[in-house]
Amino acid sequence: MNDTMSRYRTMIGHRLFWPAAVLFVMLAANTIYRPGFLSIELKDGHLYGTPIDILRLSAPLILVALGMTLVISTGGIDLSVGSLCAISGAIACMYISKQPDQNSLGVVVTALAMALGVSLVLGAWNGVLVAVIGIQPIIATLILMVAGRGLAQLITEGQIITINSEPYRAIGLGHALTLPLAIFIALAAALLVAAFTRRTALGMIIESVGGNAMASRLAGIRSGRVIFLVYVISAACAAVAGFMMTANVSSADGNAAGLWVELDAILAVVIGGTSLAGGRFFLSGTIIGALIIQTLTTTVYAMDISPQTSLLFKAVVVIAVCLIQAPAFRARFSRRRRNAPPPATIVDKPKEQVPA
Amino acid sequence: MGKMRTQSVRWRAAAVLASVLLVGGVAACGNSDTGGGGTKDDGKITMGFSQVGAESGWRTANTISIKEAAAAAGIELKFDDAQQKQENQIKAIRNYIQQKVDVIAFSPVVESGWDTVLKEAKDAGIPVILTDRSVDSADKSLYKTFLGSDFVKEGKLAGEWLVEQKKTASGPVNIVELQGSTGAAPANDRKKGFAEAIAANPNLKVIASQTGDFTRAGGKQVMEQFLKANPKIDVLFAHNDDMGLGALEAITAAGKVPGKDITIITIDAVKDGMQALADGKFNFIAECSPLLGPQLMDLAKKVKDGQEVPARIETQETTFTSEQAKEALPNRKY
Repeated sequence: MNDTMSRYRTMIGHRLFWPAAVLFVMLAANTIYRPGFLSIELKDGHLYGTPIDILRLSAPLILVALGMTLVISTGGIDLSVGSLCAISGAIACMYISKQPDQNSLGVVVTALAMALGVSLVLGAWNGVLVAVIGIQPIIATLILMVAGRGLAQLITEGQIITINSEPYRAIGLGHALTLPLAIFIALAAALLVAAFTRRTALGMIIESVGGNAMASRLAGIRSGRVIFLVYVISAACAAVAGFMMTANVSSADGNAAGLWVELDAILAVVIGGTSLAGGRFFLSGTIIGALIIQTLTTTVYAMDISPQTSLLFKAVVVIAVCLIQAPAFRARFSRRRRNAPPPATIVDKPKEQVPA
Repeated sequence: MGKMRTQSVRWRAAAVLASVLLVGGVAACGNSDTGGGGTKDDGKITMGFSQVGAESGWRTANTISIKEAAAAAGIELKFDDAQQKQENQIKAIRNYIQQKVDVIAFSPVVESGWDTVLKEAKDAGIPVILTDRSVDSADKSLYKTFLGSDFVKEGKLAGEWLVEQKKTASGPVNIVELQGSTGAAPANDRKKGFAEAIAANPNLKVIASQTGDFTRAGGKQVMEQFLKANPKIDVLFAHNDDMGLGALEAITAAGKVPGKDITIITIDAVKDGMQALADGKFNFIAECSPLLGPQLMDLAKKVKDGQEVPARIETQETTFTSEQAKEALPNRKY
């Protein structure tokens, strides 16, 4: 009895428990609404069904949110990722559309390399503004958020660029082992980031910079370099996400590609348990956060909630998720119910210090 | 970023300045010159036109049409791109008033807030023509006429074609609808027009209707879920070509043949949409034409001569079936 009780406590005390529970409840609600929601069938040699759609469509968001997680854990924020998605997609599609043989692998690789290169330069621009010159991250990246969308439209000349390139299309719609290729790309990126941050000291360095940049510097960490690096990583993630978004519809729309994805990414990071104040990050939480956001969007379509009410519906769910995630709220709620303070949650998660 | 204290404030100021210049530079580059001297009275008509911006292929085609038609009609055009900003547009109109142009035409960025500047134009005796979008001024004497598409009619034409196609249908016909951006006038009006038209046949039923935000990605994502939630979809009505094009991919991925298993009706008739129609993937498009240049120049001549013009003029638009699309496609400009 006591044993199960403590195991139960450990489980709900785990930081991934609540996000995972929310995701589970959402999937369950959908299944009750339409029993076929979770059904998957084999079509043309690959899996087909709503869960697969959610995985495929959440891949770009997972990528963007991974980069955002690192940026946020240094106490920064990157608002320019949406515009970067548009720019990278626009450059790649524009280059491919100008080539005589759009199906050539060489053409696609060149296009990707060019777009990625430009994105890295733009990421470095963000990094320099924040780390070297010391502009507030929200302002520094706002510049590229606004100007970048204009840049994307200059590249596409205000048109939607349609391409016919099978290798490029595969980034968004291809399959491997019957599953969408996009989810493997996102997963590979996640593993890469996890390996670099959790198997080396990099993750701890990033967290220490986010906790207190000055103290880290005095302790011998080159804070500026770390901050610069996370903006470049974020730009690289956004660039690959931009490839997926444009490949998904075989066209680059400078106006709409990646629009507001920065906000979704920030939300995914927060739902995943990473503190906006910086100082710690949870990659697995971010991935679940991204899945929750995509599931929410898909739920609106699957349940055919009218567009006028869907924004309200989303807002209510997001507020609920954020409240459940907040230890202070949970503590108050359970105290009222049980009339006794739950020791586990409060001791586990001390209130965070927000640096002034 | 406490460690940056050692950096001088000058550096930061320089960086902010550079960034502002960068943003300003990007924003400024579409702006054409609206300055310059007044117009000489040589009987030639001068028109000042303020465009919304260049946010889509449709808008670009609109701009080209106006420029070409002005050249063809021998009208001197002073063109300004407002970059989606009302203050730019008001500034441009005031410039035109100062330059004493003969006619002012513009596509308002937003509906409200035009009374003052329109009053100035009226006091200066310069007639104003609205194109594509209207204003909500209570005083209708502030502008001569409004030339633009009738979105309700476009939806209605799409619906009427469907009613005609399905008049022999005995069972229910399941329709799914991809709406434009929630709250946008074209989305509201096209939905309304379509609903009115299909009310003629009780067999025609819209079983699901969602916004795809006028984008391909949006149309595709919504259609994927429609296909999974509704085993029997007979018709797709999309409020623009792009959402329809996105939905095509979802339909193909579901193992259905677009244009055959599912009848697809869209609105706009941009080049990619017309190509899909010619290929038999779409079945019908109601046109929303940006090519209102010639009509605008005609109107300009009429108001300059002091002729009366109707307060509301619709753009000349048509509809396309697959056959008509094949014919029209080679000459499609946008």
